[in-house]
Amino acid sequence: MTDQTTLQYTAEHEWVLIEGDTATVGITAYAAEKLGDVVFVELPAVGTGVIAGSIVGEIESTKSVGELFAPVSGTVTATNDGVVDSPELVNSDPFGEGWLIKVTFLELPPLLSHAEYSALTGE
Amino acid sequence: MTPDLTERYSPLHQAHVDAGASFTDFAGWQMPVRYSSDLAEHHAVRTAAGLFDLSHMAEIRVSGADAAAYLDYALAGKLSAIALFQAKYSLILNAAGGIVDDIVVYRTGETEFLVIANAGNHFPALEALTKRAARFDVTVTDESDDTALIAVQGPNSLAILQATAGLTATDDLGALRYYRAMTGTFTDVPVLIARTGYTGEDGFELYVPIDRALALWNALTAAGADHGLVPAGLASRDTLRLEAGMPLYGHELSEATYPAQAGLGRVVNLAKETDFIGRAASEEGPQAGSAVLVGLVSAGKRAGRASYDVFRSADAHTPEGMITSGALSPTLGHPVMMAYVSPSIARLGTEVFVDVRGTRIPATVTALPFYSRKP
Repeated sequence: MTDQTTLQYTAEHEWVLIEGDTATVGITAYAAEKLGDVVFVELPAVGTGVIAGSIVGEIESTKSVGELFAPVSGTVTATNDGVVDSPELVNSDPFGEGWLIKVTFLELPPLLSHAEYSALTGE
Repeated sequence: MTPDLTERYSPLHQAHVDAGASFTDFAGWQMPVRYSSDLAEHHAVRTAAGLFDLSHMAEIRVSGADAAAYLDYALAGKLSAIALFQAKYSLILNAAGGIVDDIVVYRTGETEFLVIANAGNHFPALEALTKRAARFDVTVTDESDDTALIAVQGPNSLAILQATAGLTATDDLGALRYYRAMTGTFTDVPVLIARTGYTGEDGFELYVPIDRALALWNALTAAGADHGLVPAGLASRDTLRLEAGMPLYGHELSEATYPAQAGLGRVVNLAKETDFIGRAASEEGPQAGSAVLVGLVSAGKRAGRASYDVFRSADAHTPEGMITSGALSPTLGHPVMMAYVSPSIARLGTEVFVDVRGTRIPATVTALPFYSRKP
């Protein structure tokens, strides 16, 4: 179980785990709950250059479509094939098995702390 | 008759909160969108049973010596022809032939009917029904605030109702046919038990006074424990009705939609001997070339969704249709969509293209419904 207090967050309801120059990115339990059951995940290809704030993927539920934003600028170094095959992992374990992409970055933009994100969602 | 714009709560609200529901606004009502998983709730209805709170829907009582003749005038169907405790799907048309609301009508007496209107059309429907009553010996009464509606849907529904403590039907529930109703009692109050629904499965809808709604909900829940019954929210209700090819007002139906465009031409009874609101326009019909409602299926997992454009080909510039509802079908495993398209691409089997957020995905025009339960 990932310690959610050590993660950073975005206003787009994504979590970011920083390890060295790599950011692992997923959507929060709050976002997963709002989406409903996720049935389809589209992720960028490994090697894709991404710019912070741009849309790089999609997370579709039966009811709606969520966009995956790149929280940092850099290069996609890994994607989670597990969620592509089993999108329900986004609901069952959003902070763990439901991670989406890893991105190497040169510079870290300002992100939200767990306390700031919790204040944003009112939870 | 000013719409109440404050947030409204079902008499079952606390039960939903206790069951861990997420809520969504539906026509001003805070209703459960899901309890845990909308897919699990969907599958439960297809394979066992789901329990729905539909207390936001509007119940309008029509009674008086002219009730049947009045409804023949006010609605598109011939309600005078239905038998006691028969139900009928019908339409309230406007003078231009467009759809004010789609409704279900129960005949609850020789001179008494119960009209069930959509929550989002509560006031337009009530206003139309009230205005049209002027020259008839009839009373139109809004009973929505006094009536809760609970639906049990799915193959195990009958067994659940039969096992529900305190619920007594006046006759054999097992012999009740689809789109028929009967009276009954729950503890000390009268209930109307109808074999109707909006899921494509066997099931029942129970109309109960609001002060007994929670007790009935709890009794059904207890009876359903051995039958796989789960509470089900509006998210699953939407995917269930979509698979069953049932239109949803605001998506497939509107004031600007002719029934014929929506495949509901048979609901407008032009053989009726008497005049009705919308008759002249319905006889004329929609303009030639008007869009018609079709089903679309596609491969993969990405569904076209409401408002997405439909094209004749992969490179056509001008859209010739628009999706009104769409989702990855939980039962079928592929996307299913309803769309209004030009008649020239409406033929069954036609290959069209849906613009899914910038990518054109091939889809095939297919017959509705997408899913029918095994008889």
